[in-house]
Amino acid sequence: MPTFDRPAPATTAEPPLNAPRSLGDLFWSFTWLALQGFGGVLAVVQRELVEKKRWMTREQFIEDWAVAQIMPGPNVVNLSMMIGGRHFGLAGALAALGGMLALPLVVVLVLAALFATVTDHALAQRALRGMGAVAAGLIIATGIKLIGALRRNALGAPACAALAVATFIAIVVLRWPLIWVLLGVGGVGCAWAWRGVGNPPPPPANAAQPPQP
Amino acid sequence: MSITLTAADWLELFTQFLSISLLAVGGAIATAPEMHRYLVGARGWLSEDQFNSSIAIAQAAPGPNVLFVGLMGWNVGLNAGGGPAGGWRAYALALLGVAVTMLGMLIPSGILTYTATRWAHKNRELRAVRAFKTGMAPLVVALLFATGWLLTAAHQQPARDWRLWLLTAATALIVWRTRLHLLWLIGAGAVLGMMGVV
Repeated sequence: MPTFDRPAPATTAEPPLNAPRSLGDLFWSFTWLALQGFGGVLAVVQRELVEKKRWMTREQFIEDWAVAQIMPGPNVVNLSMMIGGRHFGLAGALAALGGMLALPLVVVLVLAALFATVTDHALAQRALRGMGAVAAGLIIATGIKLIGALRRNALGAPACAALAVATFIAIVVLRWPLIWVLLGVGGVGCAWAWRGVGNPPPPPANAAQPPQP
Repeated sequence: MSITLTAADWLELFTQFLSISLLAVGGAIATAPEMHRYLVGARGWLSEDQFNSSIAIAQAAPGPNVLFVGLMGWNVGLNAGGGPAGGWRAYALALLGVAVTMLGMLIPSGILTYTATRWAHKNRELRAVRAFKTGMAPLVVALLFATGWLLTAAHQQPARDWRLWLLTAATALIVWRTRLHLLWLIGAGAVLGMMGVV
């Protein structure tokens, strides 16, 4: 597979960008930033790759992040594959992916095994109850933070709220399988947005469909 | 808990995660309700506590949150081997569970992402791409709330569990409003639990 060709970054007064030196460099860089990320790696990725290593500009990062979010799959994993793939093709994507997952997976399994040895104790059970409640709070807080990103959504607040409430009810109350919610509610949302976003100034000749989940 | 998994069951687990992978728009955690419906509800391969602790431990550990998927596979395999008492066989099955769930979760989305990234980058002004992004955004947010809700609703006794819900609400507020390290919160949850406060 080819590497992703990108337009050369606009020349600014900033120093030129760096690039990962090798597959090993990619692997260990991503391992290091994965191990720094508690409860999410995104903030660490931005700080390390844009500000410290200067592998990409802030604009490139935002653009890549948007694409990583549309695609199915874990966002940060998608992002690491995109960055690795740009520099070293498929091998680079796999090196970045491996770095992101290999060592952190070992850490998580060791933690889980430690828990398993004490899991029959009432004390560990109670600790996990508390941790589970906190984990639920973390996820809800992520949702609250993302509401802010919806403010710039072209659909407008009422439409966004209607779609969100419909999704929540379908999953929590009606217990629909996720695929029907994504196709049904998501389809309505995409059609709604299609009418709203209009055509870009230069109409592209290409009329392919977006990757639907 | 102890369960029996045939080769066909393992294959079904793999194909289930292959399909969940392609649904994970907005991150793996958005598919947690679907995993719950399948693993805890339809199949009974995981207990409610194991499901919740998989997410809690993965959130507490460093690294991408998608690792909770591997932990669920670990627990399914462990259950198939008769729990930790099952010795090395149980742990071998647990590792198989990790491989099955993680590969299932990553292969389809990885291939799709790798091939579609270039297309999406070239066509980022395309109306269809922007409509897809715009239309899906509210769903992604709602899925996070649905996941948080299902995790709290796992406690079915309001009389006893209101303190847990309070802890969830307080956590959400603190994470939203402050930059406190998440590890402190997870630790606080563990300590409060051990002390029997929640």
